Amino acid sequence: MAVTTRAVATRRVLKRPLRPYGVAPTAILLLGAVYCLLPVSWVLVAATKSKAELFSTSTFAPGTGLMANLADLAAYRGGVFWLWMLNTLVYAGGGALLSTAVSAVSGYTLAKYRFRGRNLIFNVLIGGILVPSVVLAIPQYVLFSSIGLAGSYWSVLLPQILHPYSIYLARVYAGAAIPDSLLEAGRIDGAGHWLLLRRVALPLMLPGMVTIFLFQFVAIWNNFLLPFIMLGDDHTFPLTVGLYTLLAAGANQPALYNLIITGALVSLIPLIALFLTMQRYWRTDLSSGAVKS
Amino acid sequence: MRAHRPSGARGAGAAPYLFLAPAVVLFTLFTAVPIVYTAYLSLRRTKVSGLGLGRGARREVFAGLDNYSAALGDGELWAGWLRVLGYGAIVLTVMLGLALLFALLLDSAHVRLARFSRIALFLPYAVPGVVATLLWGFLYLPSVTPLRDLGVDVVLLGPGTVTFSMANIAIWGGTGFNMLVLYTALRAVPRTYYEAARIDGASERHIALRIKIPILMPAIILTTVFSVIATIQVFTEPTALRPLTNTISSTWSPLMKVYRDAFVNGDLYSAAATSIVIAAISLVLSFGFLRVVRDRAFQEG
Repeated sequence: MAVTTRAVATRRVLKRPLRPYGVAPTAILLLGAVYCLLPVSWVLVAATKSKAELFSTSTFAPGTGLMANLADLAAYRGGVFWLWMLNTLVYAGGGALLSTAVSAVSGYTLAKYRFRGRNLIFNVLIGGILVPSVVLAIPQYVLFSSIGLAGSYWSVLLPQILHPYSIYLARVYAGAAIPDSLLEAGRIDGAGHWLLLRRVALPLMLPGMVTIFLFQFVAIWNNFLLPFIMLGDDHTFPLTVGLYTLLAAGANQPALYNLIITGALVSLIPLIALFLTMQRYWRTDLSSGAVKS
Repeated sequence: MRAHRPSGARGAGAAPYLFLAPAVVLFTLFTAVPIVYTAYLSLRRTKVSGLGLGRGARREVFAGLDNYSAALGDGELWAGWLRVLGYGAIVLTVMLGLALLFALLLDSAHVRLARFSRIALFLPYAVPGVVATLLWGFLYLPSVTPLRDLGVDVVLLGPGTVTFSMANIAIWGGTGFNMLVLYTALRAVPRTYYEAARIDGASERHIALRIKIPILMPAIILTTVFSVIATIQVFTEPTALRPLTNTISSTWSPLMKVYRDAFVNGDLYSAAATSIVIAAISLVLSFGFLRVVRDRAFQEG
């Protein structure tokens, strides 16, 4: 068989130049890894430094103030930091959940139904990718103000539900993961559109929906501009805006710097945990259908 | 076997429209209406009569293109564009270059610890821009920087260096995501392509340059367009770095000026005009880039 001879030949060829460039590629990648880990490892060390140690000891020398810093952080303005954590979780969790639901249903419909205006709707929704968020932020604020919702949770949650790229991903994934024959069989058995969506389409799309959820969760978690514009009361702030206001206040009160650094460390823990535990879902291409384990 | 036509036009009825209703409603409320409203605001201004006191002294009137001519003649805004141009040139070339290099190296199967490197390189994606700026900002401070331990004396937040320091934050935060996009695209290529090339005597470098990069072109274009749009709108890094240095003005980037006009000075109208200008420039740049790339592709093809 041609395939076998080729495979044998390939193996022979592959054996010879196993590492043709020596350790250089590995070294370059490790250098990149060190660069990426540098600030994160610094904040891990810096959070242990006391007020006196922060600006005096060597950059990567551990300090003695971790517990005091955490206690200060927890006590800051009656524990407002934990409220920021909780708010961020509400914005990112709620927003990503709604966003995933809307994207999945839209993607499935655009992939599996033929109807008048399908391409128009798809192109208009996807065109949203190219709209810079700056043209949206000001009018969104003014419009929310006019109905008395500026500054509320809704003003941050609602504008972040629609995510054009997620709809695109969901459409690609639905096309690859849902066999038409299965929908056809369901239809012959008399299942309605709603039942097919709930019992056939969405369960098959679940792995792709996890990926969409994760990307949207991170996007909302990391967003600064929208909550910065919308929110005025620090009890509604997410972490990004809260830490920024701490930093801005720290310009006049350097005593806050330890709080800021400890807060930055604590704020990173949930996302890095999510990131490390969900490794196999972090993919930017969903066209291959099922997730490989 | 009969080809399946997924739910033919007949019988689908209103279902697809109902299923798309949430997306269309959200698009209308939070994308279409705001765009139209921004365009409307950009053509208006406040007219003050008398001393500007009392009810009815301030009225909103039609201003024509006054706000646009003001935005185009605004030296502060132009200075912002120049700063962002320099910053963007560094960020785009270094970030996308590194992303491509790392993706190719990870895909080449000649590296050890590839899994560790890939996870470490993607990790900054999980760090919000504000926190990344905060971490690097502290590392730039003369009393904290590790360069002090090494005996190097550089002012990292001075007038001459602040652009590079800020570009470093964006590069640190953005390389991993772009690398993942390119790496995912590379993994989808059938391995047999490379095996065939190897049998024909192609070196790894040839395979990377002659096979992988051409295959990656659509993904490279996509990441470039998205990076251009994001870079033009740079806001988080300079805003979050400001409390740590006085080298960054409140109008360092065009978007910071939009924010100041709208929310500090309360002039929504000129802010709306400026944001339309920013949007227009980013659209022209991304379409222009696509055009150039497509023309090049046709010439070579």
